[in-house]
Amino acid sequence: MRDVAVIGIGCTRFGEHWNRSFRDMFVEAGALALEDAKLSGEKIDAMYVGNMSAGRFIEQEHIGALIADYSGMATRHIPATRVEAACASGGLAFRQAVIAVASGMEDIVVAAGVEKMTDVEPGASTDALTGAADREWEGFVGATFPGLYAMIATDYIHKYHMTREQLAQVAVKNHYNGARNPIAQFQQEITLSTVMKSTMVAEPLRLFDCSPITDGAAAVIVAPLDRAREFTDTPIKVLATAQASDSIALHDRRDISTMDATVAAGQRAFKMAKLTHKDINMVEVHDCFSIAEICAIEDLGFCKKGTAGKFTEDGETALGGKIPVNTSGGLKACGHPVGATGIKQVYEIVQQLRGEAGKRQIENAKIGMTHNVGGTGATVAVHILGRV
Amino acid sequence: MTVARFWRKIPQRYNLIGTKCTTCGRHFFPPRTFCPDCRRNGKIVDHQFAGFGTIVTYTVIQTEPDHFASPGPYVLAIIKLDEGPQMTTQIICDPKEAKIGMRVRSVFRKIGTDGESGIIHYGTKFVPVE
Repeated sequence: MRDVAVIGIGCTRFGEHWNRSFRDMFVEAGALALEDAKLSGEKIDAMYVGNMSAGRFIEQEHIGALIADYSGMATRHIPATRVEAACASGGLAFRQAVIAVASGMEDIVVAAGVEKMTDVEPGASTDALTGAADREWEGFVGATFPGLYAMIATDYIHKYHMTREQLAQVAVKNHYNGARNPIAQFQQEITLSTVMKSTMVAEPLRLFDCSPITDGAAAVIVAPLDRAREFTDTPIKVLATAQASDSIALHDRRDISTMDATVAAGQRAFKMAKLTHKDINMVEVHDCFSIAEICAIEDLGFCKKGTAGKFTEDGETALGGKIPVNTSGGLKACGHPVGATGIKQVYEIVQQLRGEAGKRQIENAKIGMTHNVGGTGATVAVHILGRV
Repeated sequence: MTVARFWRKIPQRYNLIGTKCTTCGRHFFPPRTFCPDCRRNGKIVDHQFAGFGTIVTYTVIQTEPDHFASPGPYVLAIIKLDEGPQMTTQIICDPKEAKIGMRVRSVFRKIGTDGESGIIHYGTKFVPVE
């Protein structure tokens, strides 16, 4: 296998883009990534695009071809492939691009992610997202996504006695970081009482425990490490790529509040990179709901099971803490255009490793990690990236 | 959910008929036609579940999805059936009453409708055991 590096990154502002289409957004992200890598489109060998549900959100399938076409690649007939794994679509698209380059099959590959969620009414988007769980045996009986994660939270609080305030600190911290990220959907800080007084969605989760509905696109370009300096002075090496699966339905898990797919993907990634959690300077985890961040940092090994509430409350996951988590603002504050999220996580870590993260910069950042979840943990993609 | 898609699972949804692997004895609800433990050596047959279980975890849904029969907040739970498997279901009870470890039994109820003039979906919900 060849070593692989990220040589270019681009991302749209995340938010509710009523005046912008699916096509506008991915073209912008792709152009930004090409510009960043000082590349012209003729150098691109292949594209992978993460997208969960364009069929439901904009009634458009065949996204690979659409993206190749509107990026001006169709006349060159490059292979363009859509990758779908619900909210982990972006993470898997990145992994496919890395594998394509590592294998020697392709040289310069774009990994993108895009989702246009606000062209349908909220009821329709909630219903589309329910397709990330088991439609026949969860969605049919009345499970919503907040409802499923709420059941994880109930189980977790029952077992480990985390306080409601500790859980709320996840959102407070992520909004603090989002306020320092120019692409974030929500760039406002919030307080504990903002979370505690927000509308109840599914007990014990309130509105500010939930990531929003978002439009956005992100793109990164990968190349063989030994060619990376042709394009950039600061190539970021992909130290590990890992993926794992678990039961589609939450009720079939070994333990409701442990994501075994996160544990498996995390262990595989650390093994591949020959690193441990102590080597990681910052991590982007999949906080689609506050409880998901709590489980993720435990399941990746950053703190012991049952202690993430206190760990968060003590500031260990904040900028300047023991392990800064979601410096981008996470899904909660940066926003969650589902197919784009996994690529945006890579975008954030690359910015950190290059020292370009502005007010949220982690000093001396050398190694970072991304963790992208599909559904309630049925697919997990984990990547480790490092400065060369 | 289309009529055919709903109709072919009527025995399972109405009567809590799942499956069982006669090779290892493991029960499945929701039903599976392939045993993950015995794989191709497994022999799967239908199994009528007794309809009793225990709440493993739950939530109270305050913002219900479209077309559901439940007016207002409802209790959604994962329950462990006495035969072993876990399933997701609604619990018909006062939301304040629901708790982990509560014993429940199955009942036949309306789940929702497919739009205002669409077919009515029935299925299994659970109620607290008196």
